[in-house]
Amino acid sequence: MPLMTLTVILYIAAVAFLGYRGFKHTRSATDYMLGGRKIHPYVMAMSYGATFISTSAIVGFGGAAGVFGLGLLWLTFLNIFVGIFIAFVFFGGRTRRLGLRLDAHTFPELLGRRFQSRFIQGAVSALVFVFMPLYASAVLIGAGKYLAQQLGVPYEVALFTFSVIIALYVIMGGLKGVMYTDALQGTLMLLGMVILLVMTYVRMGGIITAHEALTQLADQVPARLAAGGHQGWTSMPAFGSPLWWTLVSTIVMGVGIGVLAQPQLAVRYMTVKHQKELDRAVPIGGFFILMMTGVAFVVGALCNVYFFQEEGQVALVAAGGDVERIIPMYLQGAMPAWFSVLFMLTLLSAAMSTLSSQFHTMGTSLGRDFYEEALGRKGHSEGGILATRAGVLIGIMIAVYLGYELERLFGRTGLAIVARGTALFFGLCAASFLPMYIGGLWTRRITRAGAITGMLVGAVASLLWMLFVKHEEATAFLLCERLFGVRTLGIKMVDGVEVFRSTGKIIWAYVDPMLIALPLSALTTWLVSLCTPRLSEDHVNRCLGTASPAKNQTTRNQGESS
Amino acid sequence: MMGMADPWITAVYLLCIAATVLCIGWGIVHWNREE
Repeated sequence: MPLMTLTVILYIAAVAFLGYRGFKHTRSATDYMLGGRKIHPYVMAMSYGATFISTSAIVGFGGAAGVFGLGLLWLTFLNIFVGIFIAFVFFGGRTRRLGLRLDAHTFPELLGRRFQSRFIQGAVSALVFVFMPLYASAVLIGAGKYLAQQLGVPYEVALFTFSVIIALYVIMGGLKGVMYTDALQGTLMLLGMVILLVMTYVRMGGIITAHEALTQLADQVPARLAAGGHQGWTSMPAFGSPLWWTLVSTIVMGVGIGVLAQPQLAVRYMTVKHQKELDRAVPIGGFFILMMTGVAFVVGALCNVYFFQEEGQVALVAAGGDVERIIPMYLQGAMPAWFSVLFMLTLLSAAMSTLSSQFHTMGTSLGRDFYEEALGRKGHSEGGILATRAGVLIGIMIAVYLGYELERLFGRTGLAIVARGTALFFGLCAASFLPMYIGGLWTRRITRAGAITGMLVGAVASLLWMLFVKHEEATAFLLCERLFGVRTLGIKMVDGVEVFRSTGKIIWAYVDPMLIALPLSALTTWLVSLCTPRLSEDHVNRCLGTASPAKNQTTRNQGESS
Repeated sequence: MMGMADPWITAVYLLCIAATVLCIGWGIVHWNREE
């Protein structure tokens, strides 16, 4: 325990030093919100990756791989190919250039200025500020419980101390403080996961031997999982089964595509000075994500081999049915004591890097986008930073309050609700923002009305599907049961027995909201754009840099009058 | 193949490595790309 405490103190001191450096180098709103647009590619890539990967991605999704098996690697593939390659190569450069041309400092401001609409900026920032605290409190609860367990302190003390440390360097250091500390935290995460992968494969006799041992456990699949379509940990679930839909639509597609429209990630593209910095960040980000989710999923699945050899049970049974205990129990039993200290830092870093970016994004949404821009109170704060700092503080207070209350009121059930809140945020961002974000970067034809209606249709469809159809969410939120007397509208009663509604292989209650809301939102954006007036040619030229500028004064006047 | 029961799992295991190699290759080829 003294080694653990000393390590934590050294780690906190390093974080405080980097946060102080961020504070010393922050002099303007651009510094505070975009790191001065001069961030090093290594820092940018590690910050992007560390923000994306939270404790729940390692412990929660790693544990899920202990249940679902290696099929979760499809999410790793999408995380690398879509979340890094497509994001940096295709979205990154265009977002950076558009942000520069429009002098945008945040994701809502980028979309608002692209469509010359204060409503869009206000609505995007409101969606972020309302739903991101749920996502942040999920990460906060996970980190608070883990710290309390590791350091032997009460949960409330761990949560408060943890939040104050993050609050200090986010409020004072701005995005520079966040990204400098992210780079340190990302490096620690990388070190921990590389060692975990090597030690796991070595312990199990090598790569092929470990996989073969896992394959041979196929007849040990618990009956309940087998009934849901589970065919073993080195096989995909049966096509069209409930497990297949959960794996493919929610875990793989929902998170894999949803990453493109995450405001706290999209803003990272605007923090570098040149295109070549984005290109240099691609290999760093790709390797980082492979080592994070790839290792978590492979080790999570291989936990079954360890527990079967040691206890004669598969991982889920050994963990007493609690998915989130699989990885910690494996580390405690299979790894040396020194590694548990390093891995504690890995998980602490994962939580802090994700939370700091969430707090910063909530702060800029409330202070910059909503208070200063949407409400038109610009100029009321010194250097444009004060309102954002106040926004960060309010965002942290809400997330901490939720962290205390959800844990106190609901206990384990509360955790289910906040985990659902995370899924809700990813799906909502993709369905609401992705069509107008893609349209704003690539097409001249998308109109302001198209962007607004697409965003509203995406948000409403996503929320309705989640509250009334999607099995786990509708059951957790209880609204459907109170209004219609059934847990979800995806279920019908036949002779007093619940039967899932299906069309062919599609089981509607297991289809992720994003697969319904995103096509609806994209279609609405396209159709409305076809029959509403375009933005002025000069403004679009300025945004996309596709033609020589002319009569820009007129464009500016038009934009302001709208 | 590679100790997996399902060729789709073998495929995705290799795809993850291939996607990472693609990212590394892109970074090397475009290390000094001009805007």
